[in-house]
Amino acid sequence: MAILSKEEAKRIADKVLSFAKADETSVTISGGRTGNIRYARNSVSTSGESNNLSLAVTSVFGKRSGTATINELDDDSLARTVRRAEEIARLAPENPEYVPMLGPQKYLNTKPYAETTAKIDPAYRAQAAFDSLDPCRKKNLTAAGYLEDSTGFFALANSKGLWAYNQQTSAEFSITVRTADGLGSGYATRDVTDVSKLSTREATEIAMQKAMASVSARALEPGKYTVIMEPAALVSNTDASLMAALVRSMDARSADEGRSFLSKKGGGTRLGEKLFDERVTIYSDPMNSEVPTSAFSGDGRPLERVTWIEKGVVKNMSYSRYWAEKKGVAAIPPGGNFIMEGGTQSLADMIKSTEKGILVTRLWYIRPVDPQTLLYTGLTRDGTFYIENGQIKFPVKNFRFNESPVIMLNNLEAIGRPVRIGGNLVPPLKIRDFTFSSLSDAV
Amino acid sequence: MNRRNFIQQAGLGVGALMGASVPIVGNAVPLERLLEPGVDVAIKKRMADIALNAARSRGATYTDVRIGRYLQQFLFTREKQVQTITNAESYGVGIRVIANGTWGFSATSDVTPDGIAKCAETAVAIAKANSKIQNEPVQLAPQKGVGEVTWKTPLTKNAFEIPVQQKVDLLMKVNNAALDNGAAFVTSNLFFINEQKYFASTDGSYIDQDVHRIWPTFTVTAVDRAAGKFKTRDALSSPMGMGYEYLDGLASEKIPGPNGLVGYRNSYDMVEDATLAAKQAKEKMTAKSVEAGKYDLVLDPNHLGLTIHESVGHPLELDRVLGYEANYAGTSFATLDKWQSKNFKYGSPIVNIVADKTQVGSLGAVGYDDEGVPAKEWNLIKDGILVNYQAIRDQVAIIGEKESHGCCYADNWDSVQFQRMPNVSLKPSAEKRSVQDMIKGVDKGIYIIGRGSFSIDQQRYNFQFGGQLFYEIKNGQIVGMLDDVAYQANTLEFWNSCAQLCDKDDYRTFGSFFDGKGQPSQVSAVSHGSPTTRFNGVNVINTRRKI
Repeated sequence: MAILSKEEAKRIADKVLSFAKADETSVTISGGRTGNIRYARNSVSTSGESNNLSLAVTSVFGKRSGTATINELDDDSLARTVRRAEEIARLAPENPEYVPMLGPQKYLNTKPYAETTAKIDPAYRAQAAFDSLDPCRKKNLTAAGYLEDSTGFFALANSKGLWAYNQQTSAEFSITVRTADGLGSGYATRDVTDVSKLSTREATEIAMQKAMASVSARALEPGKYTVIMEPAALVSNTDASLMAALVRSMDARSADEGRSFLSKKGGGTRLGEKLFDERVTIYSDPMNSEVPTSAFSGDGRPLERVTWIEKGVVKNMSYSRYWAEKKGVAAIPPGGNFIMEGGTQSLADMIKSTEKGILVTRLWYIRPVDPQTLLYTGLTRDGTFYIENGQIKFPVKNFRFNESPVIMLNNLEAIGRPVRIGGNLVPPLKIRDFTFSSLSDAV
Repeated sequence: MNRRNFIQQAGLGVGALMGASVPIVGNAVPLERLLEPGVDVAIKKRMADIALNAARSRGATYTDVRIGRYLQQFLFTREKQVQTITNAESYGVGIRVIANGTWGFSATSDVTPDGIAKCAETAVAIAKANSKIQNEPVQLAPQKGVGEVTWKTPLTKNAFEIPVQQKVDLLMKVNNAALDNGAAFVTSNLFFINEQKYFASTDGSYIDQDVHRIWPTFTVTAVDRAAGKFKTRDALSSPMGMGYEYLDGLASEKIPGPNGLVGYRNSYDMVEDATLAAKQAKEKMTAKSVEAGKYDLVLDPNHLGLTIHESVGHPLELDRVLGYEANYAGTSFATLDKWQSKNFKYGSPIVNIVADKTQVGSLGAVGYDDEGVPAKEWNLIKDGILVNYQAIRDQVAIIGEKESHGCCYADNWDSVQFQRMPNVSLKPSAEKRSVQDMIKGVDKGIYIIGRGSFSIDQQRYNFQFGGQLFYEIKNGQIVGMLDDVAYQANTLEFWNSCAQLCDKDDYRTFGSFFDGKGQPSQVSAVSHGSPTTRFNGVNVINTRRKI
């Protein structure tokens, strides 16, 4: 069985540590099961399930460390793995940035696990695929979708007494529906911790509506437009995204080194500066019941609520333990999720209050253009619509954009109600002067 | 949790992998383990036969089995220190069957007679279960068995046999060269991959292959704190299907370019390139910001390879054309009707693009693909006209062919094989022409070198590319460096604006080492050869912004 209980994992970790002779030793045990079903052209193309269980020992002598990994958990194998890690450590080059291991930590009691998801079987996946395929087949639409579920655990222990254990589940679903003539395409995505909250039919129906409504798109001139970005346009499960790019760029070391958008002219960082609209507040919180995460980071640091941006002001940056020690500050790890505070408006309300604008379902192939300004390029995809006087008027051809999330979050018009996307909570945003630089013929 | 640990390496510059993560496949193992030979071929044949017989006895009409040992060694450094050295090994068996006209696949790390037989039975059971919701039966193109054969990447230095210390010393030399020449920061990496693959099928093939790949790369960063500016320059190396000999830096494989630039063919001088990179990153600080408008572009092979990859390689994958990738990477503008017309002008008449799995030193080179088809070469675009796609055994019937193109690949034993891009390359001119000759003929242009930002839509019409180095050409001469350059084009307009090619002496390969496709995503490595090429009247934008 690939999922070890807290007690089983602790017993094995203690056994490993009892064999250790290095200055410091840590052990991680991780395992789980992941299953998937994929379909295209209205038929299942692949489906499978895989299990994995792995134990890694890291041994440290001075500033030299070595890691060895194994799949077998009998005493002999464990002892052999510890010896191997120690041999590798002795031969490794010194790492001048090595920071001694953490001692015992206190963690929050987070709940990123749901039994319903852990119990998913092939029959569940087939039914979920059928629920998505069935309505498409009936309307002569073509479905391509993918469902992946994971159930896993991660345990971390070390010779200084640290012990951490987490069990987590997740399921991600995405669906693209195309019209038979290839002139319309719609998309929807969902991700959950508890699969009882997932309806593949509900998501598919939205993608179907968008596919049918996007046929015969008209070309608008590229330029600066007011846009309403749906959450799936701001964060992606499968690709780079504008909001994730911003949150992942909050690393203090890059800013201190002068190579981040958070570096200050003349030296130092822009911590404490107001860089965004005052309605922008972004934080991480492992306890949030809609997007729960592990209570600790991969190196054992506790994850707690951290505010990165508060009312437009940069409040915190993340640190490696080495850099925090060098700078004499708290070593805040990057968050396991991020939550952007929103308002109470629904997407429909936001459309209703828009005089002229463009509704964007999804952005695609987003790549950095200039790290100095966090400028990114990419394209709209699978449902782009023109809004006039509070109503969706007609579908429009896809655009390429060149825009920075920093500029985008200064040009805020309205913030909607946050929804879960990619393990984060993100509201739809209405943004003025969003830069579309060319047209695409792609459907 | 999954077998792939996607690690975000701080040591990988944004440029080096464009924000992508590096997939580590398998488990970390001690170094000496990478040098141990795999299981003897006679044993592998016995194990393969167990799978073939077990599947047949359960009702499979076709079976192939892949027993794979996948080795990786990755080194990451920054400035004066080694950050991480990863040694990983993954070993197991993947079994694919056709039963009731439907594919079934199962994989296991339990490579024992019992484990293999059970795995084969599971594959048949999955095929039978899926056959109930299948629309039409699989049509597998015939492939004559090739018997017991072997193939090995031609190399003179197995990278896994080179001591780690030698590799660390090289990277420290690279980093020092960058720092001594004005870089504020430098990260450098070495990636080595060895696939020891044994393939057997009910066609009567038993194929043992030993495939090696290498990718040395770095990113240097120059910083002007007073101005609050920073600029990077990535390595101009190419990932290759070679051994450690790629790092010999042979003078005979260097192509001198204008402005002190050096093109590297089949041998790379990493220290020299890092020295140049540091100087060029500093020069970028004061480079003129480009004026947006139409320019004639002179594109170096180390840049053009990615444009070929995105705008020709991907749209001509038959599974994309048919809609199998619609939910992820997308479909393609190059629909079957365009190919059937036999006069679809993909590019200008000088555009000849070939697909192959045979170029020596390329990332795609193998003896046989992952469904036992011998490697070959075929035309995709001939004299500017679209003439073919990339297709595998269960697809070629759709385009009226009887034989697979041999471009089926799985990135590990537990991944199911599917259609992956072969090498896709632009043929050089038969007429003698150097880069210098080409630049002489350009009145208003930009010479672009290196892989930069890249983005293209889900049907492969509209793209935008950046680069590493941009030089302004005025009246046949390079007049200085430019910054903030990106070009945008439509695939067909771009290839139809292809005006001139350099000759075979300038031909070099570019490579993509971790090309992603599919759900769950698999990586593959592919090369793109081309000479320096001129495209007329391309739209260039200025990417400078204020925040």
